[in-house]
Amino acid sequence: MKFGIQINEGPYTHEASTTALNFVSAAIEAGHEIFRVFFYHDGVNNGTRYTTPPQDDRNIVNAWSELAEKHDIDLVVCVAAAQRRGIVDEGEQERNGKDGNNIAPGFRISGLGQLIEAGIQSDRLVVFGD
Amino acid sequence: MPMLHTVNKSPFERGALESCVRLAIKGSSVLLIEDGIYGATKGTTASDMVENAMKDLDFYVLGSDLKARGVDEGRLIDGITVVDYSGFVKLAVDNDKVQAWL
Repeated sequence: MKFGIQINEGPYTHEASTTALNFVSAAIEAGHEIFRVFFYHDGVNNGTRYTTPPQDDRNIVNAWSELAEKHDIDLVVCVAAAQRRGIVDEGEQERNGKDGNNIAPGFRISGLGQLIEAGIQSDRLVVFGD
Repeated sequence: MPMLHTVNKSPFERGALESCVRLAIKGSSVLLIEDGIYGATKGTTASDMVENAMKDLDFYVLGSDLKARGVDEGRLIDGITVVDYSGFVKLAVDNDKVQAWL
């Protein structure tokens, strides 16, 4: 079965991103496919590589990047939510005249259409958030 | 059309669980996760609501979120099923849709 995942909460707000990570891992373990993970609202804060938690704390951003690389998962950050919160990739850096970018490996910035597509293409859309 | 409802906030913090049980149709499943697990405990001001709702709805609770909060399974309302993450995935598969009450 194909799963679409939507995450509306930042990595260190409450628990939603960790719950989603565990759900995605369990779904893959059970042989399901993750069509896309869409990061919306404060969820876009999961996509900055500048996140530096203490070494003995969970690095949730890295956990997403590693899971995406291992299982070829499409991690999409909502562009409008990202602009508000300063999540920038190379394209957005150039387009908005910023002095750098911070997108984490495995993430890409795109539009809300990607969420709609995930809703259409997936058998289930599961939302995690605040 | 069976639907899985997830509730991730305590009934003492927000009205998500109350809204969920009020609007979920008979035969639906409710999975309590994160702080939502407090809704599965007995002897609280919310437990009557949950026990009443259990006439029409199947209740589940995520075991790892119970453990993370030190809530022993013996404190759960009778009839609530404890699941792990693979059980969460199975519930999402077995129901036609998943509705998150945030």
